[in-house]
Amino acid sequence: MSELLSLSALGLMLSLFLGLLRVLIGPGAGDRMLATQLIGTAGVGILLTLSLLHDQPALIDVALLLALLAAVAAAAFTGQQETRHD
Amino acid sequence: MINLLSSILILAGLFFYLAGSIGLLRLPDLYTRLHALTKADNLGLGLLAAGLALYSQHPLTALKLLLVWLAVLAASAASAHLIARQARRQETRP
Repeated sequence: MSELLSLSALGLMLSLFLGLLRVLIGPGAGDRMLATQLIGTAGVGILLTLSLLHDQPALIDVALLLALLAAVAAAAFTGQQETRHD
Repeated sequence: MINLLSSILILAGLFFYLAGSIGLLRLPDLYTRLHALTKADNLGLGLLAAGLALYSQHPLTALKLLLVWLAVLAASAASAHLIARQARRQETRP
């Protein structure tokens, strides 16, 4: 069972890697911002998996924080774009 | 039995995560990428959290995982809406 958890953490990291490729090829700022969205969800998945795998309950709180920070990052991005263009 | 169910849920979650990432890479424009990423990844996280809750076999941990999933749902719905609205505004600019 713990092998499955390690495997799923690896799979989630592969998913993050594919998202970083999208950051590289762009083309717009909004496309790059989607990778933050991906890091928000896949990073939460990795943290939850590692929390149960290594029996560290505090990592669940870190996952919660990461999810909220991803939303703040998206809000800051749109706010900055609006002030730049208006 | 519970281990088998939990494994199936975790693997299904992983499948949806990978499908979302492939959609992010392959789909043609921002809106379709947003659609693939937001929906598929949140479903993947829900399945993964359900599998992990079964694996932990502890009601408080399961409740916390559920709360994390709900928070991620709210956060990613809000940020997907913000990103799409921003892209839409820049598109119609003369």
